[in-house]
Amino acid sequence: MDFLNLIWLIPLYPLAGSVLMLFIGRKLEHGHKNNVIGTICAGLVGVAFVHAIGAVVQLVSAPGHFFEKPLYTWVAGLQFHMANGALSRFTADFGYMLDPLSAVMVLVVTGVGFLIHVYSIGYMAHDHGFYRFFGYLNLFMFNMLTLVLASNYVLMFVGWEGVGLCSYLLIGFYFQKKSATDAGKKAFVVNRIGDAAFIIGMFYIFATFGTVNFHHVTEAARNGDLGYGSFVATMITMMLFIGATGKSAQIPLYVWLPDAMEGPTPVSALIHAATMVTAGVYMVARSNALFQLAPDTMHVVAAIGAATAIFAASIGLVQTDIKRVLAYSTVSQLGYMFLACGVGAFWVGIFHVQTHAFFKALLFLGSGSVIHALSGEQDMRKMGALANKIPWTFRFMAAAWIAIAGIPPLAGFFSKDEILWQAFNNEWNGKILWLVGFITAGMTAFYMSRLMFLTFFGKSRVDHEVEHHIHESPMVMLAPLGVLAVLSVVGGWWKSPLEHWLEPVFEHVKSVPATAVEAAGSMEYVLMGLSIGVALAGIFLARYFFLSNPAASERLAANWPGLHRLLLNKYYVDEVYSAVFVDGPVMGKQLGSALSAFDATVVDGGVNGAGWFARGTSSISILWDSWIVDGAVRAVGFVTKLLSFPMRMIQTGFVQNYALAIVGGVLLLGYYLLK
Amino acid sequence: MDFFREHILSFTLFYPLVGVVLVLLPKKDEHVRWLANIWSFAGFLLSLPLVFWFDKNADGMQFQERVNWIPSIGATYHLGIDGISFLLIMLTTLLGFISILCSWSAITTRVKEYYAFFLLLQVGMLGVFMSLDFFLFYVFWEVMLVPMYFIIGIWGGPRKLYAAIKFFLYTLVGSVLMLLSILTLYYAYHTQFGQYTFDIIDLLRVNLPRHTQIWIFLGFFVGFAIKVPMFPFHTWLPDAHVEAPTAGSVILAGVLLKMGTYGFMRFALPLAPLGASDDRIVKLMVTLSLIGIVYGALVSLMQKDWKKLVAYSSVSHLGFCTLGIFAMNPNGLAGSLVQQINHGISTGALFLIVGIVYERRHTREISEYGGLSSIMPIYATLFMIVTMSSIGVPALNGFIGEFTILQGAFEANHLWAGIAVSGVVLGAAYMLWLYQRTMFGPLSNPKNQSLKDLNVRELAVLLPLIAWAFWIGLYPKPYFDILEKPVAKIVERVHPGYYAKAAAAEHATMEPQHPAQVASPPDASAEDHTAHAAAEAGAAK
Repeated sequence: MDFLNLIWLIPLYPLAGSVLMLFIGRKLEHGHKNNVIGTICAGLVGVAFVHAIGAVVQLVSAPGHFFEKPLYTWVAGLQFHMANGALSRFTADFGYMLDPLSAVMVLVVTGVGFLIHVYSIGYMAHDHGFYRFFGYLNLFMFNMLTLVLASNYVLMFVGWEGVGLCSYLLIGFYFQKKSATDAGKKAFVVNRIGDAAFIIGMFYIFATFGTVNFHHVTEAARNGDLGYGSFVATMITMMLFIGATGKSAQIPLYVWLPDAMEGPTPVSALIHAATMVTAGVYMVARSNALFQLAPDTMHVVAAIGAATAIFAASIGLVQTDIKRVLAYSTVSQLGYMFLACGVGAFWVGIFHVQTHAFFKALLFLGSGSVIHALSGEQDMRKMGALANKIPWTFRFMAAAWIAIAGIPPLAGFFSKDEILWQAFNNEWNGKILWLVGFITAGMTAFYMSRLMFLTFFGKSRVDHEVEHHIHESPMVMLAPLGVLAVLSVVGGWWKSPLEHWLEPVFEHVKSVPATAVEAAGSMEYVLMGLSIGVALAGIFLARYFFLSNPAASERLAANWPGLHRLLLNKYYVDEVYSAVFVDGPVMGKQLGSALSAFDATVVDGGVNGAGWFARGTSSISILWDSWIVDGAVRAVGFVTKLLSFPMRMIQTGFVQNYALAIVGGVLLLGYYLLK
Repeated sequence: MDFFREHILSFTLFYPLVGVVLVLLPKKDEHVRWLANIWSFAGFLLSLPLVFWFDKNADGMQFQERVNWIPSIGATYHLGIDGISFLLIMLTTLLGFISILCSWSAITTRVKEYYAFFLLLQVGMLGVFMSLDFFLFYVFWEVMLVPMYFIIGIWGGPRKLYAAIKFFLYTLVGSVLMLLSILTLYYAYHTQFGQYTFDIIDLLRVNLPRHTQIWIFLGFFVGFAIKVPMFPFHTWLPDAHVEAPTAGSVILAGVLLKMGTYGFMRFALPLAPLGASDDRIVKLMVTLSLIGIVYGALVSLMQKDWKKLVAYSSVSHLGFCTLGIFAMNPNGLAGSLVQQINHGISTGALFLIVGIVYERRHTREISEYGGLSSIMPIYATLFMIVTMSSIGVPALNGFIGEFTILQGAFEANHLWAGIAVSGVVLGAAYMLWLYQRTMFGPLSNPKNQSLKDLNVRELAVLLPLIAWAFWIGLYPKPYFDILEKPVAKIVERVHPGYYAKAAAAEHATMEPQHPAQVASPPDASAEDHTAHAAAEAGAAK
């Protein structure tokens, strides 16, 4: 079977699932056939995974490790002038492509996606709207696969917006809850700010290269069609990067992600940890040929990545909601990925996307299992001592915990350590970037350990009613956890093969090859030792505060009340944003209200005023007409009448009077003539 | 058959007029209803052959019919269509049928007159898009006002008289100024060629200095800008929409507004090219468009009335359409027309959606609703799709239009695109908030708890529009193919030489993988509009 030529089927499998759910899903659910729904939807993603494996295997032997399949001309616009004055055509194909980079992404997306689908069958079993959930989830898979397999920017944007839409629908899945629908809306609108920049970025690409096809743009950029450090290069990449900060939750557009935890936990795992939020990293990596021509943007990417990493991690230190901790952790880890891209180590960014997908999906699903066991409780202050009660969940999560903390030989260690090493060697502020990443690593180990200790160790703080309901999750949920646990352990072991595999995509990239470790001498080992050290320190510090000496953590919070409150309230960013943009005068409701009033009074007032004016002048005209114009007419009549008064006196109609007048006249005439 | 083919425009145009007479005959309302629906559906079918016979490669007007009408003043009965009018005619015949179908249970008084007016309206609208003679055009332009006036004034809401009179007078004021421009051209033609004609094709030959053309353009502008409506001439629109019955709103938004944008593309730009492309005029037009986009969206955000919200969103969407027109390049113009169709589809559908619950609840207050998803799942699903279409989510129609317009604007001036793109964000904000307030949340209002989901007729009204939305979203190529020739004509009028570099740059189109070859020396692009605009944008920053 020619998996490569049929590559367009990969996104189509889950799309078929969602269309099926649209038409027959409700019937199935009402007929209590949830297992049929689950089997169809998860099965189709499984099929997509198998197809993807087949396609990637065939890609290995394909020439240049590159395959493109244009299906038809989709955006078929007309001619336009490029920036250099030449005429080109505004077109974009509906077409898919597979190269080493999208191969990694497609495997992660379908693989992890499949596991999460299976898990959801158990997790969502008791929820109303089961078919709706799976329909959305499958639609998400279609869009995500379109995003990673698209052969050009505009089609990528289809997936990009599509995943945003599904994210909106899934965050607001419990649509009767206002906080859930608020969060969905917030996610969509904040993402749209990034999308607007993305659109402008695409126009710059069109204007510069006359095409948006990834392959052609990359070739042209490498052939020197875009000047190094030129204004256009900076604009293109800055716009794309702003787009990425929306989707991948970086400063300043990260605010939607923590709220997105309102969605069901499998959604958080799939969309808001493993796949969708990494789309920004993928997009930046996909555009690596452009970013390398824009050193200024690269600095911004690195700085924003590092800043987001430490900023989000610091908030994660004090959160009490288990999913919120994981959400801030995700923001922080995404910051690491951008840090890697910003220092030119795109492959490491993708490597971290992959390892993070494993352990973060596992952490979310594990926390879902905990929440499931505790009948919906998410507050870690009401957990504790669960290790024995839900042992498998604990064991699997522990693997993810060690992995994210950065302890070798688990997955997270390899990717994170590589990021720190690449940052350290960066020409632009390498040492500072490294230091920020290094401190973040310590914080990561600390807050993850805190999460684990508060949840699984110590004394039980679980509510009494909840306590006797605690149960281990069913097999259908545990099995995916198990697979992810294995991947979290081994997921970093193929670092060098992966780097080699991704080489054709990132050629000409000036990063430090991993193979240069020997050449770099002892420095690499020193740094590696340091990062292991800081991870261990974080774990032991957390152990001291939250296990051995719980009073100490309260004392700490009490001694630094300002700082604690600042972190607990997430630096008040949400409050500032909503005061300024949502309710405030800059944009949003206040401005909208003011303009509505303006519209009703001034603009429409002008129209109504014109109407009043017309009616007013018409009334005056009536008065004028009846008094002045008609008055003049009547005055003429009156004057005539007045003047005619003497005459009228004569016209009496009596013959005698006339005879008298005639006689008088004759006499007068006679006198005149005879005189 | 040949006879039909040659006169298909006349058939399509006057067929509804026969219906006007026919619906007056039956005695029972029920019979009138059936007759009107069947008649208008057949009218749609009658226009379908155009789809097959229309030749996208033909230059100039097609299906032309020309008969002398009033020879003494040079008025002719001249019909003809190109790609621009073709698409608008198809939109009109489809929406004409849909709006009649959606009135089935909404209209219970004066049924006969209602359908008669609707069919008459159809004649007026089709006539406007088909006329190639100004006299004829003006007749249809004014004729169309009358039925709409009565539709709002008789079957409208509480403030129907205010709204109807405002609509009528406002449009009339504009058309009088437009008439002045027409007459200027008319007499100028006589001065230059020694005879009187209202024929638009002939009038294209008139040669006038820039300042005269500016005045001609301004006359057209007032007429068309009121119709579009462009900021600040838009305030009749919310009133008319809120008071009009559902079908009236659908036609008003779907077709009537397009007459303004159509007027710009067919008359104002080609007949006064020097005026339209004057730097001050372009700046003014673009400024008004950009204000319309942002302002319309912001005002939408705070509306408490569902229909009013959709009405203001039209101001924002039409702002995109006029922005595309005044970008005056192929993608701006073509994108604008596609977006006009899109607006007809998605805003038409939005008004249908409001109408469906209005018929059940008789209120348009957003706060009266909430949680409808739980009891009206099919309704909620379709509303979601229409919302996505309206806010321009790709794979649906809205994206194709907005994206192409924005590209055109970007080509003309980076800053324009930068400002307009904010409409994309705001659009999502007001639509999603509307959706949240009406569809999500608990079903707390007891009056909503027994609402019924869509019936078959309501589905039949919405599904064609949704199917069309997906078609344009997934395969818009036929539309751009159809628009390529007519748009090129307009661009050649306002920017002569736009395509001149085509031959030199053909290379670039053929082999986009080597764009290095198309780099031209800087002096070649010195007088280029793009470079010009880019420089301006640079200066603006």
